[in-house]
Amino acid sequence: MNTELLMQLVVNGLIVGTLYGVVAMCFVLIYKSTRVVNFAQGEFLLIGAWTCWWLLMKFELPFWFGFPLTLAFMVVFGIALQVIVLRPMIGEPIISVIMVTIGLSIFFQALMGLLFGHETKSFPQVFETTSVNILGMQVQSAYILSMVISVLVMVAFYYFFKYSRTGLAMRATAFDQQVAQSLGISVKHVFAAAWAISAVVSALAGIVIGMVNGVSSALSFFGIKVFPVVILGGLDSIVGSVIGGLIIGVLENVAEFADSQWLHIGNLYVIAPFYALIIILMIKPYGLFGTKDIERI
Amino acid sequence: MSLGSSMRPCGDYRTTYASDMTIFATPVTRYITLAFIALLFLVPFVGSPYVLNLMIQIGYYGIAALGLNLVVGFTGQISLGHSAFFGFGAFASAWLSNSFGVPVFFAIPLAGVLTMLVGLLVGIPAGRIKGLYLAIATLASQFILEDFFARAGWFTGGSAGAMTEYLTIFGFSFDTDQSYYYVVLIYVVLIFTFTSNLIRSRDGRALVAVRDHYLSAEIMGINLTWYRVMSFGLSALYAGIGGALFGHYLGFVSAEGFTIILSIQFLAMIIIGGLGSIYGTILGTIFMVLLPELMEWSVNLFSGSYPDLVQSLAYIKEMAIGLAIILFLIFEPEGLAHRWQRIKAYWKLYPFSY
Repeated sequence: MNTELLMQLVVNGLIVGTLYGVVAMCFVLIYKSTRVVNFAQGEFLLIGAWTCWWLLMKFELPFWFGFPLTLAFMVVFGIALQVIVLRPMIGEPIISVIMVTIGLSIFFQALMGLLFGHETKSFPQVFETTSVNILGMQVQSAYILSMVISVLVMVAFYYFFKYSRTGLAMRATAFDQQVAQSLGISVKHVFAAAWAISAVVSALAGIVIGMVNGVSSALSFFGIKVFPVVILGGLDSIVGSVIGGLIIGVLENVAEFADSQWLHIGNLYVIAPFYALIIILMIKPYGLFGTKDIERI
Repeated sequence: MSLGSSMRPCGDYRTTYASDMTIFATPVTRYITLAFIALLFLVPFVGSPYVLNLMIQIGYYGIAALGLNLVVGFTGQISLGHSAFFGFGAFASAWLSNSFGVPVFFAIPLAGVLTMLVGLLVGIPAGRIKGLYLAIATLASQFILEDFFARAGWFTGGSAGAMTEYLTIFGFSFDTDQSYYYVVLIYVVLIFTFTSNLIRSRDGRALVAVRDHYLSAEIMGINLTWYRVMSFGLSALYAGIGGALFGHYLGFVSAEGFTIILSIQFLAMIIIGGLGSIYGTILGTIFMVLLPELMEWSVNLFSGSYPDLVQSLAYIKEMAIGLAIILFLIFEPEGLAHRWQRIKAYWKLYPFSY
C-alpha cells in the first residue's frame, strides 16, 4: 500500500473539498433564503471565470482592476437573474422552479461555448507558481492560495450572517418569510441579495479554479458535484455544506486511490460521489445537519 | 342533451360517471381523432424523406416523453434521468438481437420490459423520498447509468457503440423510412391508446391522487410506495420501447447520445406540451423536434452574412432549448395543451367571450 500517494491524494481532496464547500455554501444560501434549487450554480463559476479571463486577455487589464470589475458584473448579473427570471416563479410548483434553473443552466453553458469555444484556456500568470513543502509533501502554491481564499470566504460568510444587518435580515427571512416581512425586512431585497452574493462568491471560486486548472466548460460540472455535497451536509445548512464539501473531496480522491491500487474499474473518481449520494438519500435523506421536514395535514 | 352530439356545452353537465370517464368528450371528437390517425397512415405516400424522418423522430421521442409525463405530470414525481432509460432500451434491444439472436420484432418489447426492471430499481428511492430529493436521486442515477454504458462493453459495445439490425417480419425488412414509419406509428397509436385508458382506470386516478395530495391519497387507501414505484417502472417501459425503436431506426447506438441534455429535452417536451396532458405530450414533442430544425434553417439563412454561425450551430440549438424552457415556464406554464384549449374556447364563445 502506497501511503505517500494516499496522503497526497487526501491533501488534494481537502483542497478541492474546500472549493466544493464554497460552491455548496452559495447553493445553500440561495436554497435557504429563496427556496430555489439552483441547477445553474456551476454556470456562475463558468460565467465569472470567463468574464475575468476576457477582461484580462482582451483588454489587458491588470488583475487588481479586472478582478473587482468581474465581481461587480456578477452582482448585477445575479440581481438581474433573480428579478427577470426567478421572481415570476415565486409560488410556482417545485418542478417549474427546478426546470427554470435547468433551462438557465443549459442556456448559459451554450452561450459561453458560443462566445469562448470549448478549448481550455489558461489565465495569464497572476501569482508565481512554486511548490511548497508541507509535512514532506509537495503542494503547489496555487492550491495553497485557493485554499486560503476559500477559508477566508467561509470566515467572511460566518461574520456576515452573525453580525451584519443584511445577514441577520437574510437569516430572519430564511426562518420565516412572513414574520420577517412584518418586522420591516424587505423580502424582495433579501432575495436579490442572496442571488447577488451567491453569484459573486461562485465567480470567485470559478476564477480561483480557472487560475489553477485553466478555464473551460468543465467548470460547470462543479454545479452538479455540489449535489452530493449539499445532500450529505443537509440542504439548508451552511456548516453542513462546508463539512460535506471536505468529505466529498476526500472521498473522491480516496476512491481514485482505491481504484488505481486494487479495483481498476476506472472513472471511479467521477462516479463515487453519486453512489454516496444515493446511499445517503436512502438512509438519512436530510443529511448530517439539515432540518427535517415535518408535514402536517 | 340536445347539444351533446356535436359540441360540449359550456360548463359541466355530465350526470353519470360513465360519461365523465369517456376518452372522447363527444362523438365528433372521436371521428376527428380516428380520421386524423387514418390520415397519418397515408403520410408515406406523399411526404418527402425529410418529413418522414422528422415524423419518425417525433414518434419515438413522443413515446418516451409520454412515459416521462406519466411519472412527472400524472404522479408528480420529478425524474431527471429519463434519457438513461431511453439509452438502456436502445442498448438492450441491440444486445438481445445481437447476442441471443432474438428477432427484432420481439426484442423491442423485451427491451422495454428489461428497461422497466431497471426503472423499478431506480424507482425504489421514490418509495421513501419525494420532490426535490427524488429529483437529485434521479440525477445521480442518470450519471451512474451513463457510467455503466461507457463501462459495460459486453452490453453496449463500449466506446465503439453497438450495431443494430433492421426489423424483419416473415422476410420483409423494414429498412426504409416509408416502411419503418408504420412500425413507429403503430407503436405510438397502441401506447397512446393504452395510456389514455390507463388514466381513466382506478390506477390512473390513484396516480393523479398521489400527485394532488399524497397524504389524502394515503388516507383513502392508496398504496403510495406501490404507485410511485409503478409509475417509475411504466415510464421506464415507455422510454425503453422508444429507445429500442430509435436504435433499430438508426442502425447504430452509441453511448455518447444519452446525456443529461437529452433528459432535459424530454422534460422540456412535457413542460412545453403540458404536464399531465396526453395530447400535450405529442404537441411538446413536435415542438422540441422542430425547434433544432428551425434553428438550423435560420442559421443557414444567415450563413451568407455570418459564415461563423454554422460552426456554432450546436451551441445555438442548445441555447434555443434553454430559452424555450425558460420562456414557456414564465409565460405559459401550463403548456401548449392549455394554449390550444384557450384557442378553442375563444372560437367557441366568439364574440361573447365574457
